[in-house]
Amino acid sequence: MLDHRLEEEHELLRQTVREFAQEVVAPVIGDYYERHAFPYPLVQQMGKMGLFGLPFPEEYGGMGGDYLALGIALEELARVDSSVAITLEAAVSLGAMPIYKYGTEEQKQQWLPKLCSGEMLGAFGLTEPDGGSDAGATRTTARLDEATGEWVINGTKCFITNSGTDITGLVTVTAVTGTSEDGKREISTIIVPSGTPGFTVAPGYSKVGWNASDTHELSFTDCRVPAENLLGTRGRGYAQFLGILDEGRIAIAALATGLAQGCVDESVKYAGERHAFGKPIGANQAIAFKLADMEMRAHMSRLTWRHAASKLVHGEPFKQEAAIAKLYTSEAAVDNAREATQIHGGYGFMNEFAVARFWRDSKILEIGEGTSEVQRMLIARGLGVGA
Amino acid sequence: MKIVVCVKYVPDATADRGFNEDGTTDRESVDSLLSELDEYAIEQALQIVESGVEAEITYLTVGPDDATDALRKALAMGGDNAVHVNDDDIQGTDALGTSLILAKAIEANGYDLVICGMASTDGGMGVVPAMLAERLGVPQVTYLDEVKVEGGVVKGRREGDTATEQVEASLPAVISVTDRTGEARFPSFKGIMAARKKPLESKDLDDLGIDSDEVGLSAAWSTVDAATARPARTKGEVVTDEGEGGVQLATFLAAKKFI
Ligand SMILES: Cc1cc2nc3c(=O)[nH]c(=O)nc-3n(C[C@H](O)[C@H](O)[C@H](O)COP(=O)(O)OP(=O)(O)OC[C@H]3O[C@@H](n4cnc5c(N)ncnc54)[C@H](O)[C@@H]3O)c2cc1C
Ligand SMILES: Cc1cc2nc3c(=O)[nH]c(=O)nc-3n(C[C@H](O)[C@H](O)[C@H](O)COP(=O)(O)OP(=O)(O)OC[C@H]3O[C@@H](n4cnc5c(N)ncnc54)[C@H](O)[C@@H]3O)c2cc1C
Repeated sequence: MLDHRLEEEHELLRQTVREFAQEVVAPVIGDYYERHAFPYPLVQQMGKMGLFGLPFPEEYGGMGGDYLALGIALEELARVDSSVAITLEAAVSLGAMPIYKYGTEEQKQQWLPKLCSGEMLGAFGLTEPDGGSDAGATRTTARLDEATGEWVINGTKCFITNSGTDITGLVTVTAVTGTSEDGKREISTIIVPSGTPGFTVAPGYSKVGWNASDTHELSFTDCRVPAENLLGTRGRGYAQFLGILDEGRIAIAALATGLAQGCVDESVKYAGERHAFGKPIGANQAIAFKLADMEMRAHMSRLTWRHAASKLVHGEPFKQEAAIAKLYTSEAAVDNAREATQIHGGYGFMNEFAVARFWRDSKILEIGEGTSEVQRMLIARGLGVGA
Repeated sequence: MKIVVCVKYVPDATADRGFNEDGTTDRESVDSLLSELDEYAIEQALQIVESGVEAEITYLTVGPDDATDALRKALAMGGDNAVHVNDDDIQGTDALGTSLILAKAIEANGYDLVICGMASTDGGMGVVPAMLAERLGVPQVTYLDEVKVEGGVVKGRREGDTATEQVEASLPAVISVTDRTGEARFPSFKGIMAARKKPLESKDLDDLGIDSDEVGLSAAWSTVDAATARPARTKGEVVTDEGEGGVQLATFLAAKKFI
């Protein structure tokens, strides 16, 4: 059964993050966004609050929470701003999680405490210029140099979140490490510490949204890392990132829910304040019904991500639910952002209004960590139809 | 050593607050929370311990049933345990009565340093710390902007209109701290979980040896006779500048005695 009530500690976490988002993030984030600057002081404070360690055990510096706790934090952050939310999401579910799930004890001891405290950010390099959805088509290669005991990495990754901040410590990259016996390309995951010679980070992209989050193209030219930087089993890279992405979808769904709810918050306020034709615009049914639909979508979004998270936390299969949650919530976020902008009229098109940021930040939700088409493919596959 | 932090559970200052018919605070219709100004007191207590002073931190509140929320929040930020004084007969108690209850509870707990906020965000009289010191018979240093504990002495900076004072008192002592001491931390998830397991003791007037005649509305030295809501803000006056704007502005300001 899905219980609609949060446990006391999850509810207190929600209140705490909400307070932080409203009191600390909201007043300053517009400025970072406008300057396309990474909000280091906010990230540092989120680190102190333990947000980067939420789903990890205390022995690695984590908070001993779970994926539900992470989702709750992401939802409340994204309700105010998506750049800080995606910074947390990518750092936890793409940066630290692969090491926690597939790393050796040494790798965990080496990296997790700093990643959990937010002193260091990790990134995950899967997407390449020639393909993201078809991640199995990875062109980046890693050759094991037996003589020196090093991987030699060559290739390019693109759109990689958190990969070029001052506190980025590592990027986990997927690369072709050979051909298996049945002629299939063997993909593995390798940890590349920031600053490794041969690993270059291009300047940040000019993006439509998520402007206070950090995204770069990365290139690897005869980049050498020790053989023991292999993450998990050689040749299991493909399966590993699929597992990572399944969980990540729940996190993105929570983030999308926050954006959808933030649109409701801002629009309800505005509809009560803004007058036209001698009455608040919210008194018009055309606006009131928009708000009702928006609230419905935000509500349904919350149910669907929490349901998927609940299955994950209880160790039940959740692939299908995660894909549905990611698909539904990202579309809800885009719909709500469009309507919120509409309700704000011309002001909605001005960057100083939160809804303008929501609008610009919403579209990527239908693209990142598996496009809507990919989610539909997965859901259809779960039904035993499609390709 | 033992640090007691007095924290008050107050009606949310951002909500529409009001009074009951008998002049007491209406606690039913608004959500209450840990007084924001007391978060600074908590933060200072935690920083004292983090600065290397070995101390047990106890939070103390006098308040209704759900005042435990304020204590749990404080415990989530850090510290060791909490005491909740709760008794039907406390309803309507004034600052004098509140300070009596707090003093008895502090004595029962044991203390070297008592830390208060500068004022509650509801009553806002800012008198409880001084009353407490008087009742406990120990020194008080109030309205500190900076706090340090060193070798049995509490030191601090007190910012006045005309002078900045460096003050200190030997322990045991009562201090109150301002909102300029530095932002309070947000609790971490680990802190929230840990708070559930920290001891929270509930006490009534009997436990503290206080006679119910000494407190409550009937014993209050001050009562609220009447309370009127502040009138809604009126629309400002708009001066349209048609050459006389400056004069009009000056006349307006002079009429209001601003200039
Ligand atoms: C701001 C930002 C941050 C990102 N962060 C990261 C990161 O940290 N790490 C990382 O690895 N990646 C990251 N990405 C990359 C992101 O995950 C990819 O952009 C996404 O997976 C889509 O891949 P693509 O851009 O190559 O599009 P393509 O795969 O080229 O897809 C183009 C279009 O074709 C559709 N399509 C493709 N195949 C099919 C099919 N079989 N059936 C129907 N339609 C199909 C897609 O749905 C899409 O609409 C980020 C992207 C952005 C913009
Ligand atoms: C207009 C008005 C209406 C009132 N109505 C009621 C009422 O309906 N019911 C009622 O019970 N009292 C009522 N009181 C009394 C008031 O709540 C108490 O006097 C109060 O506990 C102490 O006064 P203060 O809030 O001004 O504290 P201040 O002196 O401003 O507080 C300074 C510090 O003392 C500590 N402190 C104060 N109170 C407590 C507490 N209760 N527990 C722990 N620490 C504390 C905190 O550290 C606080 O930061 C009313 C007071 C006023 C002025």
